[in-house]
Amino acid sequence: MTETHPIGLTIRGGVKLYPGTMALKGVDFDLRMGAVNVLVGENGAGKSTLMKIISGVEQLSEGTIMLDGKEVTFADKADAARRGIGIVFQELNLFPNLSVADNIYIGREKAHAGIHIDRSAQAEGARALMRRLEQDIEPDAPLGNLRIGQQQIVEIAKALAEDARILIFDEPTSALSASEVDVLFRIIRDLKKHGVGIVYISHRLEELIRIGDYITVLRDGQITGTRSMEGVDIAWIVEHMIGSASKEFPRGEAVTFGDEVFRSENVCLPRLGGGYTVDHVSLSVKAGEIVGLYGLMGAGRTEFLECVMAQHPEASGKLFIAGKPVKTRTAAGRIDMGLALIPEDRKRDGLVQIMAIRENLTLSSLWKLAKGFHLNLAAEAKAALTFVKSLSIKIGNVEHPVSSLSGGNQQKVVIGKALMTQPRILLMDEPSRGIDIGAKAEVFRTMRRLAAAGLGILFVTSDLEEVLALSDRILVMANGRITGSFPSGSNPADVISATVPAQSRTVP
Amino acid sequence: MMRPLLGHDLSSTSVTLLILRLRTFVALLLVFGFFAYAAPNFLTAENVVLVSKHVALNAFLAIGMTFVIITGGIDLSVGSIVGLCAMVAGWLVLYGINTGVGWTLQFNTIEICLIVMVVGVIIGWINGILITKLNVAPFIATLGTLYMARGAALLSSDGRTFPNLNGNPEYGSDTFKSIGDGSFLTVPILIWMLIAVALIAAYIAARTPLGRHIYAVGGNERGAALSGVNVDRVKLFVYMFSGLCAALVGLIIASQLQASHPATGETFELNAIAAAVLGGTSMSGGRGKIGGTIIGAFVIGILADGMIMMGVSAFWQTVIKGAVIIGAVVIDQVQQKLQARVILQQRG
Repeated sequence: MTETHPIGLTIRGGVKLYPGTMALKGVDFDLRMGAVNVLVGENGAGKSTLMKIISGVEQLSEGTIMLDGKEVTFADKADAARRGIGIVFQELNLFPNLSVADNIYIGREKAHAGIHIDRSAQAEGARALMRRLEQDIEPDAPLGNLRIGQQQIVEIAKALAEDARILIFDEPTSALSASEVDVLFRIIRDLKKHGVGIVYISHRLEELIRIGDYITVLRDGQITGTRSMEGVDIAWIVEHMIGSASKEFPRGEAVTFGDEVFRSENVCLPRLGGGYTVDHVSLSVKAGEIVGLYGLMGAGRTEFLECVMAQHPEASGKLFIAGKPVKTRTAAGRIDMGLALIPEDRKRDGLVQIMAIRENLTLSSLWKLAKGFHLNLAAEAKAALTFVKSLSIKIGNVEHPVSSLSGGNQQKVVIGKALMTQPRILLMDEPSRGIDIGAKAEVFRTMRRLAAAGLGILFVTSDLEEVLALSDRILVMANGRITGSFPSGSNPADVISATVPAQSRTVP
Repeated sequence: MMRPLLGHDLSSTSVTLLILRLRTFVALLLVFGFFAYAAPNFLTAENVVLVSKHVALNAFLAIGMTFVIITGGIDLSVGSIVGLCAMVAGWLVLYGINTGVGWTLQFNTIEICLIVMVVGVIIGWINGILITKLNVAPFIATLGTLYMARGAALLSSDGRTFPNLNGNPEYGSDTFKSIGDGSFLTVPILIWMLIAVALIAAYIAARTPLGRHIYAVGGNERGAALSGVNVDRVKLFVYMFSGLCAALVGLIIASQLQASHPATGETFELNAIAAAVLGGTSMSGGRGKIGGTIIGAFVIGILADGMIMMGVSAFWQTVIKGAVIIGAVVIDQVQQKLQARVILQQRG
């Protein structure tokens, strides 16, 4: 096997330190040429960090990288690119206001004398790439007019245009349709034949088994398993991915849930160009129950929460809070009925960064703290301090801007703001994103405590370990629909399988 | 607030910070002190009253503008609203409203004031509707109403001036001139009006949920909406309030001159923006204080009148005004950076 797939790049003892966390803890990784090297692990396991190091975006804190047997350091991404390493990022790094050809050649335009862009040469190059990718995309089309899947294809074309010897795909299929995935896999096989070493990251385990030659599993910055793909099944991957850490947040005793506090019936959000982003979602949450909504990126979970929070006027369907039908179409009205949302993106949706901690905490409850038009500042300060204490938010002074806090404490401010409205049902979108492990544990404990106090919680997560550990019931969403419902303690492999529903799986 | 263990270095920063934070007030003292010393007639009672009257007109507009800018918007239409409202006031004093069925409605001073204020609020409401419901960018929406209101003002009189707005004792409108000229306890009525508007605005900003919502919308509109703030209602309010402030200025000018001219108020919006910015209002939204804006208006007003008294050429006055505005914003940026550093050090 090793004869047919020589090792092109190795990392020995790779350590990456970020302020406060160790993202990689002594990783040994071999990248084989002419093969697909699959990399799998939970969010935050260190996959993306490892890829950033190989592609020169980040540098190792300790350890060595060897390229073709020689020790190297990549100064930056351009340096790595010069040595033949290309990467297709998960987040699209594209310009919607420029054309497809412009996007493909951005930063290394085909130009005469470095000033005059040769548009026809670029268009020709782009057209050739699209032929190779079997796509019918015009080089002159503005990128913003393309579907997300097509944009992903452009991103891939951009990497192909660089003639990379090592090509990294970071979740390339999350936005692709089944037929586009087939094309991508044909291209990957073609690249393999030409000796290109491919690193492939995905959460879709069946896809990995189908395309991979070698597999490496990461957990908490360490490699927990690495082998040839032969004989690997989903059970093996899941076992190495989650280990035994899922017993971290056990529910104390068997609990009995109260009455239903939230129900949605046939919530739909139509998508531009047909179909639904949220497709007839019906679910319910009882008082004291924690329901985990699991799924892959783009499954429509965040959009569902946004529909519930009245952010999409075009959405349809019925909602009930504590048995009462929801008629109001404003977020303010729904908050009054007992709904509260902890958004996924704290910076963008959760906080007003330039306001003080106190002002952020009370933002949703100002009318309750006012007599008529008059805001009672003393009562406000007292309410803010009560929540700072009860959530043990670590702050210097409630008057400091909220932007001065760490991620975990900012998240607690968002939670405090939601709790101050005295909700019946709490919607949490990726509550542990971007906060360190200690703060995570504290947020989870808080969720448990709130549920025990009778609050219904519906939380969205992409983290399998998290959803298994915290949920009383797990719902899985894919392509806008609920595709599975599991009681707590279910087999992780079943939960994962539900994230890729039958008809979008491609036949091997 | 500062922890002493962080040493001398930080406390000197804090003194700098305090001066920077009070910079508009410091600027006011400097400007006032300079002209009091350099311009011989500057400190006379008549002159102080005169300067205050000039400043007041800009201050009204700047108060409304401050709320708008805090939400992240801009209101370019205020100068035109001043012009249109002055024309409406003139029309009402001279002609009343012809009902078209043989008799004419005549109004007393209070009724005229109310009608004119309603006109200003309606134009503000149009701005707000364009911006919230029709998603027009504030700059464009208010640029459009700037032209339309000015055009309407010109149409109302065919471009002519409404002269001799003396009013008619028969209808109770002969007191119209006292809005701009009268005084109460030796202080001009329009100054009393300014004090009232400023206090109300400052109260709204600091002590009401509405005020907090105005800041939240400017700081993070999406976040505010998800927190249950009715963003559209907040924006409607600030543009209507700005329209109301402009209507007051239109009334005052028509009353002071006892005439109304359709070009009244041209470029007033720029002075209002300048006063708000000079007073520490951030053009990117979320930050600003009514008190700062008032001081900003006084700095601009005193600078202008003082330079006139000293015989500085009008052309140089314009250059200096521009330099002062830019200087204020540069200092503001320095202060922001310094403040962020101090907070980080305190955390450290």
